Amino acid sequence: MNSGYQIVVCASIVPDPLQTLEPVAGPQGPALKNEMMLPAVLDPWAAHALFEAAHLARNTPGSKVYLVSLAPKAKLQQVMMTVAQKAPFELIALDGPSGGFTEAADVASALAAAIQAIPDLDRSRLLLFGGWESASRGAGATMQIVGELLGIREQFQGVDELTVGADGSLRILERVEGGKHQVSLCSAAPALLGWATGNLPEPRNNPQVGMLNMRAMMLALQKAKPAHAAAAGVTFAGVAVPKQQRETRLVRDMPAADIAREIVEWIRG
Amino acid sequence: MDSGVTAMETILVLLHTESDGALARSALETLGLARTLGMPFSVGLAGADVKAAADSIAACGATRFLGVAGVEFAQSRYGTDAAAAEALARAADATVILGPATSRWNRVMPGVAHRLGGRADTHATGVGLAEGKLRVTRWYYRQRMEAVIERTHRPWAILVEGGCGEALTGAAGTASVDMIAVDAHSRTEVEGLQSPKTGQQTIRPDADLLFVTGAGWSKNQADGKPRVEEAEKLILGFLDATQASLGSSKSLVDLSGEGQAVLGFLTHLNQIGQTGATPRHRKGLATCCHGEEPHVVGWRFVTERRAVNLDANCGWARGKADVVYVADAFEVMAQVNALLP
Ligand SMILES: Cc1cc2nc3c(=O)[nH]c(=O)nc-3n(C[C@H](O)[C@H](O)[C@H](O)COP(=O)(O)OP(=O)(O)OC[C@H]3O[C@@H](n4cnc5c(N)ncnc54)[C@H](O)[C@@H]3O)c2cc1C
Repeated sequence: MNSGYQIVVCASIVPDPLQTLEPVAGPQGPALKNEMMLPAVLDPWAAHALFEAAHLARNTPGSKVYLVSLAPKAKLQQVMMTVAQKAPFELIALDGPSGGFTEAADVASALAAAIQAIPDLDRSRLLLFGGWESASRGAGATMQIVGELLGIREQFQGVDELTVGADGSLRILERVEGGKHQVSLCSAAPALLGWATGNLPEPRNNPQVGMLNMRAMMLALQKAKPAHAAAAGVTFAGVAVPKQQRETRLVRDMPAADIAREIVEWIRG
Repeated sequence: MDSGVTAMETILVLLHTESDGALARSALETLGLARTLGMPFSVGLAGADVKAAADSIAACGATRFLGVAGVEFAQSRYGTDAAAAEALARAADATVILGPATSRWNRVMPGVAHRLGGRADTHATGVGLAEGKLRVTRWYYRQRMEAVIERTHRPWAILVEGGCGEALTGAAGTASVDMIAVDAHSRTEVEGLQSPKTGQQTIRPDADLLFVTGAGWSKNQADGKPRVEEAEKLILGFLDATQASLGSSKSLVDLSGEGQAVLGFLTHLNQIGQTGATPRHRKGLATCCHGEEPHVVGWRFVTERRAVNLDANCGWARGKADVVYVADAFEVMAQVNALLP
């Protein structure tokens, strides 16, 4: 009998958060200025999902981690150079746009098709992971649609913790209002978990893991099928970076007691 | 239906009750927003028992009240909530579904819209009409870009963030609710809510003030040593006196997560920013935090901003805060606490 989980992590790439973003009108709708030039990173919350998946797989013999990613192939390859060193996984690459102005529904149907095509996918051992929101579209919609398409209706979002019981049950902590977690017990896989930050620090780069991942990864990138992701039916009436510049009053050389008085007055006002 | 051009939509305001059977403020705000559209709307309610909630908004102007109720709908979970929302949307024949962006609806509505052959937009911060067409305002790239969109897809589920509409008040009465039977299953049991294991709840979404701590609180200070215990006392003292909500930069919560001797009451739930929360507060005070872009995007909905930093060239000073006090936060906060009751 097979044991362990098949953990499929859906993760795309996003512009490095330290970069300045500027919207421009592209032929297919809004895009980012110099989008292809901006350095990219693995989408942060989805990256946490990958780290949690690797951790779970390490502790559950017989498990395997897949990373399914829809992104421009060349950029994905760059990002994979570091991500490949973080954890062992098999990459399934789809070549298409990773920008925020595409529809979650398009991306979800491409991801679901790629997951369905995984040979010997065993639904009873399937854990579908992703970030609860991307740092691009920021909708928190893609994973739910992938789940619906795959018939997985035990879904959790904003997950910070997963504990597998001796009986295979899944104890899951999800972020809810007021800085609290909701605790749920799901009887078993299959289940879908959209991760928030989780509990694990980012793994250090391990060049050996990178070497092991890299060969199969290059092949996966070569084989990457083109995937359609656009925004048919959506009209963008405007996209703008908000005016963020404030007139900052810089207060220097004011005694702490006076600053304190000013702050307290402001708090009370 | 595939044309979004007609002014008339069939609007369903989709709400869920809280554990006490009442409606949360965000639900009342969504109702308030729906009324500003000037179109007829019905209300769909899901929960253990929805009668009290329906009565509390009986005079809201809805053309009809629909309900899905039962013990299985008391819990916030995908399988049952999605079934309830789907049934309510179908019964209302809705082309537009407006709901509050609660964790409960955020979890299910994208999947529900998919089942209905439509689309969902989450985190909407505005919904209005322009030339007879519905328009939604929402952010992309985590609060870094704002877009206004129209859609031809129907039904269109729109989840509205808290604080974006005037909460409906004074609409209590007696409502007649058309109940819909829904057969819903789930392999999940909700056990309850849990606060982070830090001993104290420091996140207060309704507070007027957000107090944000940065990594500076844990760094070596002028005397060459960190003063973490003192920092803890100052921060907790301030929170106690003001009942402010506590936020943090990523650097500081990461340090806490790595088990270093830093502020034990911080968790990732306190983190503000690109990979943290984007809370709504009228005022925000940042201390020992540099004000870098990935952090500041989480301040988008904090109206008045002040910062205390030793560095006059910190990010806040570059047009991100209204006032920056170039000073030692240890000294300033000790004095602030002394002035507070
Ligand atoms: C993918 C990604 C996602 C990210 N997401 C987030 C996010 O969600 N949230 C976030 O916050 N960051 C995020 N970051 C990190 C962000 O870029 C910064 O590194 C971080 O915000 C810096 O935290 P800080 O200001 O607390 O620390 P530092 O940069 O170390 O700044 C400490 C500050 O404290 C001041 N200071 C020290 N002592 C005192 C004193 N006694 N009195 C007054 N001031 C003092 C110093 O002058 C300094 O300005 C992200 C980064 C990446 C790459």
